[in-house]
Amino acid sequence: MKEKSTRRRFRPIHLLLLIPYLAMLWVPSYNRIEPMLAGIPFFYWYQMLWIVLGAAVMIPVYFADERNGENGQ
Amino acid sequence: MNTTAVVIFVALFGLVTVLGFVASRWRRGNLNELHEWGLGGRRFGTVVTWFLLGGDLYTAYTFIAVPALLFGAGATGFFAVPYTILVYPMVYWIYPRLWSVARAKGYVTAADFVRGRFGNGTLALAVAVTGIVATMPYIALQLVGMEVAIAGLGIDMVVTIPGIGAVRELPLIIAFVVLALYTYNSGLRAPALIALVKDALLYILVLAAVIVIPIQLGGFGAIFAAADPKTLILGPATEASMGPQAAYATLALGSTLALFLYPHAVTGLLSSSSRHVVRRNAVALPAYSFALGLIALLGVMAVAANVKAMPEYAAGFKAFGNNFAVPALFLHSFPSWFVGVAFAAIAIGALVPAAIMSIACANLFTRNIYREYIDPHCKPAREAQVAKIVSLVVKAGALLFIIELPTTYAIQLQLLGGIVIIQTLPAVIFGLYTNKLNPWALLAGWAAGIGTGSWMAMTLSFKSSIFPLTLFGYTIPCYAALSSLALNILVSFALSWVFNAVLRTPPRDETLDADYA
Repeated sequence: MKEKSTRRRFRPIHLLLLIPYLAMLWVPSYNRIEPMLAGIPFFYWYQMLWIVLGAAVMIPVYFADERNGENGQ
Repeated sequence: MNTTAVVIFVALFGLVTVLGFVASRWRRGNLNELHEWGLGGRRFGTVVTWFLLGGDLYTAYTFIAVPALLFGAGATGFFAVPYTILVYPMVYWIYPRLWSVARAKGYVTAADFVRGRFGNGTLALAVAVTGIVATMPYIALQLVGMEVAIAGLGIDMVVTIPGIGAVRELPLIIAFVVLALYTYNSGLRAPALIALVKDALLYILVLAAVIVIPIQLGGFGAIFAAADPKTLILGPATEASMGPQAAYATLALGSTLALFLYPHAVTGLLSSSSRHVVRRNAVALPAYSFALGLIALLGVMAVAANVKAMPEYAAGFKAFGNNFAVPALFLHSFPSWFVGVAFAAIAIGALVPAAIMSIACANLFTRNIYREYIDPHCKPAREAQVAKIVSLVVKAGALLFIIELPTTYAIQLQLLGGIVIIQTLPAVIFGLYTNKLNPWALLAGWAAGIGTGSWMAMTLSFKSSIFPLTLFGYTIPCYAALSSLALNILVSFALSWVFNAVLRTPPRDETLDADYA
């Protein structure tokens, strides 16, 4: 059997997971009212949008991990 | 009393009670073993885990308190949204490792893992006790959520029984006794099954609320126009202070780091059937965050509807403060049959986390206190029996707490709970990646973190968890959990370096690299 290192090799695609942290912790970038969306201030709809984007960035990471046999049984 | 609403409420409550007892036969296992009773046999797949964790993390109290914060304080209350966004990339990255090592070594709690990884019973005890202490007031707050719902229905909380006299909080006591019985009987399977109903009701409620209420209030434009423009966004930074934006970011980050250290979150995670399930759920759970974001906006809608000025809700606001904002909004906006559905969703939403939290506390006590210090050679059946009894004791304690003491105590203790639970991060999270930290150094860091964190909370009279840090005349308002964690990490690493250099004791690690994959 081929010996397999269990130490997780770093893959650049995992950097995607950092993006939501940069976006959400940089509060001044979204602490404003304009532009509004359907009457909802930017502060609110932008963060709601990031719920979707935050989940979306994990999807390519997930498929990359599955393909690379990150497959604990 | 609102008869239609009460009938629907009681019917739904009856349905989940039946489910709670039937659950013991679901995916049958030997409930006389702790991992079967307390982790559902580690057999929950992607879908069940999604419901279970959703029901577990997004608690009834959250659904009351988050909009209440927006209602009362404005934009700051929305920090729950970035918080729940940031949790999942972290879960995705880190927690499959915990799942794997727990499966490989039969760990049921985070303290089990710390015991195995660092070979130090005292550190494991500290982690276990921290978990129990942080969770107890959280269970009590679920009761507050249920209390608000029952009171909103207009059910009289003081019931006079012939021969006994007046009993306060009787409906609450009945609800909790029923919950205690089926948790005892079915273990983690009960909240897992009930979570299906809870979440279905929750999504119906959210969908209805964000469609019906804005139509009644003239659209989102009118709703936000009615709010005070100053509270709609966070205040600006000044020459002397980073201002509320720093508080917002640190609250979000600190809460993120703390969430999956809570015993009920660990229990939910470890009950899943594979590390794939953990990762898939990290991707899928944000659906609940979206519901939470919409529910948070109900706080702004309650401002626009001006429910606080309506005389019919004055008693509710007097009893529960701003926590009555959402129930009042529902009573004002919905027909009475749907009020029954809405309040049932809140009350059932309290049952799921309360059950899982009490099971998690029971697992901790049994594994890390009872088996470690009282009866080291106990048989599996005995272990499961102790856990079942502890789950009853924990719930009785929470009930007594709410009946006998003012609600503010529970809220203040829960605030402190976030500050103490985060201090287990170096042992649990860093422990997943290295065994080179010295357990006594970790213990010293834990003590330093708990000490400074509690001191900061005390200085703020337990009214807030934002402690202003002043450096060279510049103030950074920072969530106390985060600043005390920083000190904890500093102490843990510095002392580990010293101890390892001086003592040169080899790590007593029972886990292997392969256990984490």
